[in-house]
Amino acid sequence: MIGFTLSKEQILQRQLFREFAEQEIKPIASQMDEEEKFSMVLLKKLQKYGMMGIPYDKKYGGAGSDILTYALCIEELSKIDGSTGVTVSVHTSLCCSCINDFANETQKEKYLHPLVESSKTGCFGLTEPGAGTDASGQKTTAVLDGDFYLLNGQKVFTTNSGFADIFIIFALTNPSKGTRGISAFIVERGTPGMEVSKDIPRMGIRAASNAEIALIDARVHKDNLIGTEGLGYKIAMSALAGGRIGIGAQAVGIAQGAIDEAVKYVKERKQFGKRISQFQNTQFKLAELQTKVDAARLMVWRAAVTKDNHENFAVAAAMCKYYASEVANDVTRACVQLLGGYGYTREYPVERMHRDAKITEIYEGTSEAMKMIISGSMKIN
Amino acid sequence: MRIVVCIKQVPDTTEVRLDPKTNTLIRDGVPSIINPDDKAGIEAALLLKEKVEGSMVMVVCMGPPQADIALREALAMGCDDAILLTDKAFGGSDTWATASIIASALKKLEFDVIITGRQAIDGDTAQVGPQIAEHLGIPQVSYAEKIEVKEDKLVIWRQFEDRYHIIKVGMPCLITALSELAKPRYMSTGGIVDAYHTKKVRTWSYEDVRNTLDTANMGLKGSPTRVTKSFTKEAKGTGVVLKDITEDEAVAAMMAKLKEKHII
Repeated sequence: MIGFTLSKEQILQRQLFREFAEQEIKPIASQMDEEEKFSMVLLKKLQKYGMMGIPYDKKYGGAGSDILTYALCIEELSKIDGSTGVTVSVHTSLCCSCINDFANETQKEKYLHPLVESSKTGCFGLTEPGAGTDASGQKTTAVLDGDFYLLNGQKVFTTNSGFADIFIIFALTNPSKGTRGISAFIVERGTPGMEVSKDIPRMGIRAASNAEIALIDARVHKDNLIGTEGLGYKIAMSALAGGRIGIGAQAVGIAQGAIDEAVKYVKERKQFGKRISQFQNTQFKLAELQTKVDAARLMVWRAAVTKDNHENFAVAAAMCKYYASEVANDVTRACVQLLGGYGYTREYPVERMHRDAKITEIYEGTSEAMKMIISGSMKIN
Repeated sequence: MRIVVCIKQVPDTTEVRLDPKTNTLIRDGVPSIINPDDKAGIEAALLLKEKVEGSMVMVVCMGPPQADIALREALAMGCDDAILLTDKAFGGSDTWATASIIASALKKLEFDVIITGRQAIDGDTAQVGPQIAEHLGIPQVSYAEKIEVKEDKLVIWRQFEDRYHIIKVGMPCLITALSELAKPRYMSTGGIVDAYHTKKVRTWSYEDVRNTLDTANMGLKGSPTRVTKSFTKEAKGTGVVLKDITEDEAVAAMMAKLKEKHII
């Protein structure tokens, strides 16, 4: 990115994402939401066209592209379906990044390669029933027993867990050390002692898989420890910082998708003898909404480019996630209003977009947690 | 097998709107795309490449420098090599001049098969492909809806209104592709990265083809086509549809209608 212009390569990438989302996701988005089930056929297609490993090195089978392109992908997918956006985002920013940034070569070859080359799917298990925003309240433990760690505990709200092959699980190897006692493990699906529950019914992003994980003496080989013991909290925070760019992009996508639907509708809908697009109230409202979305998009792009430039991006990522998620909620609510009664029905996708938007203010760090990061950087107290 | 696909970058006519006051096309903000028949041709070429070991696909496009992105898209779909024919001297070419220029470039390349789209959605002439074949003096099969490889020959299903011809053709030859020939694959993210970082688009100007091109056949001056007038077609009514009637009843109904309008 130079100035505020995408490169020709990024424009062509966006064309791919747009065509793919229009043709492959749009026809099934509403059905996936109703059935609360992510299409495994769609997952295979996302893998086939390289959308599950965009910012990772070709050496591991990735696309060898950048974070900004990845953000463009999440936005375009989320314009049509927020569930697809978060599925790709959690796999890419949370699971793959832990391995890419912190694992050794053997682990990368064994686990990152199939994840980004697109034969396997990943998830990220940090949150616990008693440890949400306060991730330091972890209760899951990992005790070394010969060559294996025995993991015990419970994880909740684990996106992709219903079908993921590879889980990044955080557990305390030294409870007395607090956050410095947390370690990160690569756990394969089917590991004895790890059970994945059914998906938790939710308000939005209903097609995305999101389940509980129970660990009862789950045996994980010590070769699957990422980095060293005690590095887990740092790994988790690093992954989440990057993940916020993905969620910011998802929020921008949901909002833009709602505006696109509203624009289409107001051009057709007639009331008081006119198309409602002819009323200045409609025009001004849409102008306000588009301005907010453009501002949010620029913040996402700034955070992405900062990360691509290997600069400290944590605050920019927190800001883009905080702002874009609030914008997504404001914009989708206004778009339902523009469609009136029809917007409230399931005949039109804006009600789904409105429901999908809410979670962007919550997961991968609530708006309040984002404000902690932003204000912390301002050296206020 | 060495396959060359000729493509054109066209405005996406599904996005083109008419200015209601002037009745002219509003081209501003209209995205440019690879002509759909040509894109099917790319896919057909890639399928041939996958079938015949050791094949390679080259893609050729004549157009302004902005047409580079169309060639990058073809590379991102899996084509191996690309040439952009671009020169101010080529500007204003009609189908005759365009075919002359493209043929002059093809004369410099080795090929077994040339695939072009049947016609472009902006001009709809369907002339450039067949003209290229004539310039090169090679056999051509137009309106291909299916291509198969049989030993050293190609077998092509050539579409007609109510049937198709099955034609066996030797190589080198030229085929014009219908959209039905193959549903184009998507690019891939990694393919796009390759298209910009490891593959190349070679740019050829008049200088690169001068010894195979007669200057009398290029650009506006080399174009025999003259547009004398253009106008907007008036929209007709939907007409009358008579359903579930016998042939005799249909004849009677038509005769009655023609008499009613005093045509007969």
